Amino acid sequence: MLSLYHYLSLSALLFCIGIFGVLTRRNAIGILMAIELLFNAVNINFVAFARYIDPQGLTGQVFTLFVITVAAAEAAVGLAIIILIYRQHKGVEVDKVNIMKW
Amino acid sequence: MELSLENGTQTAIFYILSGLIVGSAFMVVSLKNIFHSALFLVLCFFSVAGIYILLSAEFVAAVQVLIYVGAITVLLIFAIMLTAQLYSPSIRQSNEQVIPGIIIVGTLLIVTLSVLRRTSWRISTQGIEGQSTVSIGKSLLTTYVLPFEVVSLVLIAALIGAIIIARKE
Repeated sequence: MLSLYHYLSLSALLFCIGIFGVLTRRNAIGILMAIELLFNAVNINFVAFARYIDPQGLTGQVFTLFVITVAAAEAAVGLAIIILIYRQHKGVEVDKVNIMKW
Repeated sequence: MELSLENGTQTAIFYILSGLIVGSAFMVVSLKNIFHSALFLVLCFFSVAGIYILLSAEFVAAVQVLIYVGAITVLLIFAIMLTAQLYSPSIRQSNEQVIPGIIIVGTLLIVTLSVLRRTSWRISTQGIEGQSTVSIGKSLLTTYVLPFEVVSLVLIAALIGAIIIARKE
């Protein structure tokens, strides 16, 4: 029998993999993809809570839609910035982009 | 609407989808070729949509497929193609922090799982009644109408901002 614990564990596992990606990727696009994994882990949490704790109100599902929208906005702006960085530095390795460090 | 599946079938589907999610997510963060990472990201998003259907959230699953699989992944692949030399496998893709990263992430996972294990949630005994799409639509246009409008403004502002940032001078 599936319980809330199963879904929350899956989400925790996905979140940890995403954190690992953010910490270890050199490519900025790879970091963005890992951030998308984090968003998905959070969304699984929201939907699981909506199903198991608040099945009448479905607040979690509504909030998930907002998270997905903001994630789309984040991806658009993030990729625009990455393309700009690529034009200026001829590469998007985040450890080489240190122009704001003195 | 509740899924009319036996408990055993649901559990089996859950474990298959979880394996797909965790495996493809691991591929996303560890593969050398960033383009292959993006393709595994598609698989991961699809499996997450399956999890949503298992949680009887059909509308969220449809939105997941449309926006994540349809839009965000295409954007990512476009960006990979535009920054052309990057997806050659010869470039080192991970930094020297892999070992500290594994330690940090392992600690985080252990702490989170033990906290989850000890928390007693107030589980509701009721299931989701009727179509969840209907109640989502109603609450989006009554209770949450202000956040709904604000988020559309955020989206349009972000998209215009992205165009202005990325255009040539």
